[in-house]
Amino acid sequence: MTSTDTAAVPTGRAAADALGRVTAELSGALGAEQVITDRQRLRTYECDGLAQYKVVPGLVVLARDADDVAAAVGACARHGVPFVARGSGTGLSGGALPQAEGVLIVMSQMRQIREIDAANQRAVVDPGVINLALTRETTPDGYYFAPDPSSQSVCSIGGNVAENSGGAHCLKYGFTTNHVTGLDLVTPAGEHVEIGGKAPDPPGYDLLGALVGSEGTLGIVTEVTVRLTRLPQEVQTVLAGFRSTDDAGAATSAIIAAGVIPAAIEMMDALSIEAAEKAVACGYPAGAGAVLVVEVDGAAADVAGELAEVLRHCEANGAFETRIAADDVERALIWKGRKSAFAAVGRISPDYIVQDGVIPRTALPQVLRQIADLAAERGVRVANVFHAGDGNLHPLVLFDDAEEGAAERAEEVAGGILELCIANGGSITGEHGVGSDKARYMPKMFTEEDLDTMQAVRCAFDPDNISNPGKVFPTPRLCGERPGRRQGAHPLQEAGLAEVF
Amino acid sequence: MAARTGAAAAHQGDARAAGLDLTALARSLDGAGEVREAGPDDVVDGVPAAAVARPTTVEGVSAVLREATAQGMVTVARGAGTALTWGCPPERADLLLDTTGLDRLVEHEAGDLVVVAEAGLALRDLQEHVGRAGQELVADVPRERLEGGSTVGGALATGASGPRRLQRLALRDLVLGTTVVLADGTVATSGGKVVKNVAGYDLAKLMTGSFGTLGVVVRAAFRLHPVRPDRAFVLRTGPLEEVADLARAVVASQLAPAAVELDRPAGSDEASLAVLLEGTGDAVAARAADTAALVGGAVGEEPSWWGRLPGGDSLAKATATLVGVKDLLLAARAAEQAHGAAVALRGSAVGVLHAGVTAPGAGALAGVVAGLRAAAPSPREGTVTVLTVPAELREGLDVWGPVGGLDLMRSIKERLDPGRNLAPGRFVGGI
Repeated sequence: MTSTDTAAVPTGRAAADALGRVTAELSGALGAEQVITDRQRLRTYECDGLAQYKVVPGLVVLARDADDVAAAVGACARHGVPFVARGSGTGLSGGALPQAEGVLIVMSQMRQIREIDAANQRAVVDPGVINLALTRETTPDGYYFAPDPSSQSVCSIGGNVAENSGGAHCLKYGFTTNHVTGLDLVTPAGEHVEIGGKAPDPPGYDLLGALVGSEGTLGIVTEVTVRLTRLPQEVQTVLAGFRSTDDAGAATSAIIAAGVIPAAIEMMDALSIEAAEKAVACGYPAGAGAVLVVEVDGAAADVAGELAEVLRHCEANGAFETRIAADDVERALIWKGRKSAFAAVGRISPDYIVQDGVIPRTALPQVLRQIADLAAERGVRVANVFHAGDGNLHPLVLFDDAEEGAAERAEEVAGGILELCIANGGSITGEHGVGSDKARYMPKMFTEEDLDTMQAVRCAFDPDNISNPGKVFPTPRLCGERPGRRQGAHPLQEAGLAEVF
Repeated sequence: MAARTGAAAAHQGDARAAGLDLTALARSLDGAGEVREAGPDDVVDGVPAAAVARPTTVEGVSAVLREATAQGMVTVARGAGTALTWGCPPERADLLLDTTGLDRLVEHEAGDLVVVAEAGLALRDLQEHVGRAGQELVADVPRERLEGGSTVGGALATGASGPRRLQRLALRDLVLGTTVVLADGTVATSGGKVVKNVAGYDLAKLMTGSFGTLGVVVRAAFRLHPVRPDRAFVLRTGPLEEVADLARAVVASQLAPAAVELDRPAGSDEASLAVLLEGTGDAVAARAADTAALVGGAVGEEPSWWGRLPGGDSLAKATATLVGVKDLLLAARAAEQAHGAAVALRGSAVGVLHAGVTAPGAGALAGVVAGLRAAAPSPREGTVTVLTVPAELREGLDVWGPVGGLDLMRSIKERLDPGRNLAPGRFVGGI
């Protein structure tokens, strides 16, 4: 791991002392029940949804409101102590991995829906509000919150904002960044700033665009104003069985080429179907080498036409069975197989890595073949589940940790898949984020100048590098530096503080 | 060097007097473009430039910016120049960086619904190219700008907005990645060319609407949409409040309109509502009929004002909540009466409109802007920013209004353009 220290942040004994001062200050200011120092209780927070990275936080603060957040961040800023915000802890990139000499600020107690303003198609929520809870609360008014990550029943909207979460339906409806119109931010200096609101296009630089998806490195969001989306008049869900992923991929391309933008097109390959079948008995077509789940929604008249197109292209590309969900129960069963896929893999493999990469959709058949070759070469099994419409792959790399060297081989394959994504013009992450897990891949996707420029923006928000340091960027940057071309070795490298990947 | 006109020679004299070395600028391009003295048309909102550089490669942009900044020059990027008077006038404009030499369509993989283009490519040329594959960039840049050759970079820099953002969202939501050149010549890419991507900061959004004050966009990738084969318009004219309520009813309906636009001509107690429905054949006809029934209107032709900016000496952008659009319409009428001005209001019922204002004096204009601003209960529920205004009416005008997060914006500017070499003074808070 790279050291995340900068000149401003104390190290070693000094760091422990600084944390001690923050602990004393916050215990006094917030009360003992909001401040966790007990080692056993701290251990509860040692990882997020990516359990392979574990760090016991130096201190945990349970924030009740924005003032608590500002108090905690302000104390950290005064003493040069790093802080990490954590929502529901469901992230899959180690984005909420704590710091041993830092403060973990837990946002999950801030879970009130402040306002549902259906007339303006907006809701104002605390960051700890669970994604699905907002949809449940707004459905009676005819609305929902469109971003729907698979973890939507447990993940928080603050976490969605940090990660710019997507979901199965983002092909048509966009990601979190397309649905946030306002934020309240506590800056890394501990100051409250209000950005945007219910109206579109706040004047000035698009700070919302910079903040959403910045993985907690630019401050902590304490309130979110989101767009609510009108429930469609009609939804139709199709399950189609194919002999191969090539056929299913060809059907996907044909649907898109025909000008249909389905709400979702999801694909699963034979191995992931097998796993889902064992776990939840979703009744997918027997003998399928791949299935597509395609959903079209909108005004009733249009949905009928689009459904016919979808069926036509599936059949023309070799679907041997197509099923249309007759009602919400059947629709739920079709989705159950897809949404349980990650967990289901646990039935057929003791351990697995969930990868998240993106390729241009047209490269799908080629990349799937390359993944199969890579897996065969290393003797590793890979189950493929993906958002086929937008080329977001979620290969599940299976292994048995009890077997010697298996974990390493699986890691190699997972890493190799990312290299394939980059080589094919894609991205190292479509929705899980860079976090701790993928910082080392950033230089493969971006040049040093690209990363320096992003870090210059980070410095504008967080000059002391205390807001979730060590995430997103492989090499920390001293913010005192002038932006621009660097001569010679990186100053941190020269100072022996950091390695360059 | 080529023969120059008297005016250009005078400018060259200015450049020399200012201590600018145009020969070094030209040399930095190394053949990838040209540098010339500014002519009489090389003016940014009343501020004359000394020189114009027209690089033809990204490397050329980088080299010439590095050299210009090293000389302490102020650079303003210019595409087709259709919105060069938008924003405030820059404090200086030593160098105009003409982006039209970067006009290549880099990549269009139709199956991926993505296009990558250089900044100087005219949007209409981009649309024509992707249109051959039955696709379009759903960025409804105002038509007078589109017709004037508005470029990819210009549309991004000004964050242009148009009718179909209702369904397909704004330009900032369609841009997948940008390559920009910073004042010191650094070439920085963020995002990518896939629709789904969360690797690194989304600087493309930060660049969108930044008026060239952070960097010069040289290349951008956009998400495309399939062109819907059929379209229909539904029209209705009536009293302001009634039409505003009907517009909101259409937005809140399940009729999936592609756009819901309002037009209130200056001096009128009435407004027109136009709803665009896009789709396929009978389905569109059915929705158009339902929409007509909902608003008590009729299916008709595209109105002549569709996608165009309202007329007037000054132009402002006004935002509102869905409900607040009505208050904005009423505020326009009230401001006219209070200040003896003409205030035409036109734009999306989703709450992004343009106001064309003709006011008898600076005080009246300031009064109109303040009146429109007061239509929203708070800046979080609506803002008014003045895009373009005649110089003689600028006195005492609060062009930007309150800006949330201004200190953070200043800090970003300081980090990316520490010497204030890019269009200083053109943006919010004097950035």
